[in-house]
Amino acid sequence: MVDGSKVKELQDITKRMRLEIVRMMGKNKPHHFGGSLSEVEIVTALYFYKLRYHASDPAWPDRDRFVMSKGHSVPAQYVALAMLGVFPYEYLGQLKTLGACLQGHPCMKTPGIEACTGSLGQGLSYSNGIALSARLTNRDFRVYTLLGDGELQEGQVWEAAMTSAARKLDHLCAIIDRNHLESQGNTEDSKPLEPLKLKWEAFGWHVLEVDGHDIKQLCDALDTAETVKGKPTVIIADTVKGKGVSFIEGDFTFHNAPLSQDQYDQAIQELETALEGVN
Amino acid sequence: MTDRKLVQTRDAYGDALLELGKANDKVVALDADLYRSTKSSVFGEAFPERFFDMGISEQDLISTSAGLAASGFIPFANSFAMFLTGRAYDQVRLQLCYVPLNVTLAGSSAGLTQGPDGASHQSFDDISLMRGLPNMTVLVPADGVETAQCVWAAAETPGATYIRLGRYPTPLLFDETYKFQIGKAHVLKDGHDVALLATGHMTAKALDAATELDKEGISVAVVNVSTIKPLDTETVLGMAAQVKAVITIEEHSIIGGLGSAVAEVLAEKRLGPLVRMGIRDTFGQSGSADELLDCYGLTAPYIADEVKKILG
Repeated sequence: MVDGSKVKELQDITKRMRLEIVRMMGKNKPHHFGGSLSEVEIVTALYFYKLRYHASDPAWPDRDRFVMSKGHSVPAQYVALAMLGVFPYEYLGQLKTLGACLQGHPCMKTPGIEACTGSLGQGLSYSNGIALSARLTNRDFRVYTLLGDGELQEGQVWEAAMTSAARKLDHLCAIIDRNHLESQGNTEDSKPLEPLKLKWEAFGWHVLEVDGHDIKQLCDALDTAETVKGKPTVIIADTVKGKGVSFIEGDFTFHNAPLSQDQYDQAIQELETALEGVN
Repeated sequence: MTDRKLVQTRDAYGDALLELGKANDKVVALDADLYRSTKSSVFGEAFPERFFDMGISEQDLISTSAGLAASGFIPFANSFAMFLTGRAYDQVRLQLCYVPLNVTLAGSSAGLTQGPDGASHQSFDDISLMRGLPNMTVLVPADGVETAQCVWAAAETPGATYIRLGRYPTPLLFDETYKFQIGKAHVLKDGHDVALLATGHMTAKALDAATELDKEGISVAVVNVSTIKPLDTETVLGMAAQVKAVITIEEHSIIGGLGSAVAEVLAEKRLGPLVRMGIRDTFGQSGSADELLDCYGLTAPYIADEVKKILG
C-alpha cells in the first residue's frame, strides 16, 4: 500500500517527467505531446512504485515487464528510463534523430524497451506471450501493458483480450490511457468504445476504474490487480490528453504536432511553475 | 517418378516438429484452429503444455509467438500459408523481423494445390510477402525428407523463418543421406542446354520433364532451390553461365517469388535468357490439385514445352 510520503515523491516525479518530455521534444518538430503527457502518472506509478526492476540490469530474467503498446507515446517511457539510469540522460536530446538510440516508436534494441510496437494493437498479444512464458518457466514476474484508448479500435486487442482471459493470465495487467482522443478527434465519434467497462467485463477481465492523474488511485489499483486471481485485470485510467500544459490539454491537434517558439516557451514556463518547491 | 513414395510436406512437418519437441523443451507450437490440418496437432498431443490453440486469430497468434520468443522460447506458428503471411503480415514485420526473433512460420496448404477451397485459401503471394522482409529466411522444401531438415534448421536459425508447406502428395526425392543447408541450392541433375530452377513440389515435376527431354537429346539441368532467401546466387549464376537459358518453376506468382529472385541476380550479371513459370498475375479457383496444376500450366509436359520453345 502506498503511503502519503511516497505519493508526494511520485507526484514530484510526474512534474519532472512532464518537463523533461516537453524539453526533449522541443520546438518546431512534430511530436506526440498529447499521449505522452496523458500517461505520465501511469508510467510513474509503474516504474517508480510497482515494477520489480533493476535499472542496472534491464534484462534481469525475473523483472516485471512493461510493454508500451501505444508505441507513439514512448517518450514518457524514455524519460522514465533515463531518470532510472537505464540509459544516459543525453540520449533524450537525440530523440528521433539519425542514428539515435531513441527511435520514434519503441524498438527492442533500446535498453529497457521490451517490445517493438508502433503499429497499434499488437502489444497485448505480445504481453500474453510473455505471461505464458512466465508460467512455462515457473517464474513469478508480472506483465504490465499500456494501451491507448484509440488503440482499442484495433481488432487484435480483442483477440488478445480473449486469449488473456482464456488462459487465466492473472499475472498480467493491462492499463488503458483513457484520454478520449485519437489523432483526428474523439474516440466516440469514429468507433465508440463505451460502455468500455462492460466490454472488458464481458471479455472475462476484472476491471478497475481510476482517475489516471491520481497517483494514489493508480498505485492502489496496481496493488489490487496483484490480488485478483484466475483472471487478468484491466485498469481504465481516465486521463486528459496533453495533461499539464494548458493549451495542449484536451486538444486532439496536439496528438502529433510541433510547438511554436511561443508555445514551447509557455509550456516550459507552466511546467517549471508546477515544479517550484520540488527538490 | 511413379515408383517414388508420395508424402505431403505437412505430414513430414508434423512428424519433424514432434521430434524437435522431444529434443528441445524450449520449442512451443501455436495454431489458429487448424491444427489437425496443419499437423501441429502431432506436437500438441505429445506436449499439451507447450501447445497453444489460439482460436481463429492469426494476428494474436503471431504477436503471442513474439512474446514467447522474446522470453527465450522457440515458437512454431501454424496456420494456412495465406492467413499466416497475409492476415498477420504487419505483426510478422514489426514483431518478428524488425528486431529479429526466432519464430518459425509454418505456412500450410500453400499454393494452388490447396485445391477445392479456391482463391480465398490459395496463397500465390506468400513467398513474395515474406521475401521482402529483412531478417526473414524463406524455405520451400521439395519433399518430406527436406521438410524435416528445414524444421530443425529453422529452430537453429536466428530471426524468423518461413517454411512453405503443402497438402499435395509429393514424391520423395531424397533419402536420409541428404544434407539440407539453408542458403544452398541442390543440383539434382546436370545439363548444358537449359537449367530448370524449381522450388517445392515443382522440383519433382521438373525432374520428370528433364527425364523425358533427355530421351529427345535435350540436356536439361535441374536445381532444387529450397531456400528462396537467402538465395544461393553462386549456384544460380554458375548454372546460368553454363546453359543457353534458365527457367524458374514455382507454384506461386511469377511476381515476387523464385522467378523474381532469380531474375534479380541474373539481370545484375547480364545473364539470361530467363523464363518464369508460375501463376501469371491471377487468382486461383476451386478444383482438384492436379486439375489446377494442369489448368495453370504447371505440369511436366508444360515444362518440357517451355524448354523446347526457348531453345527454338
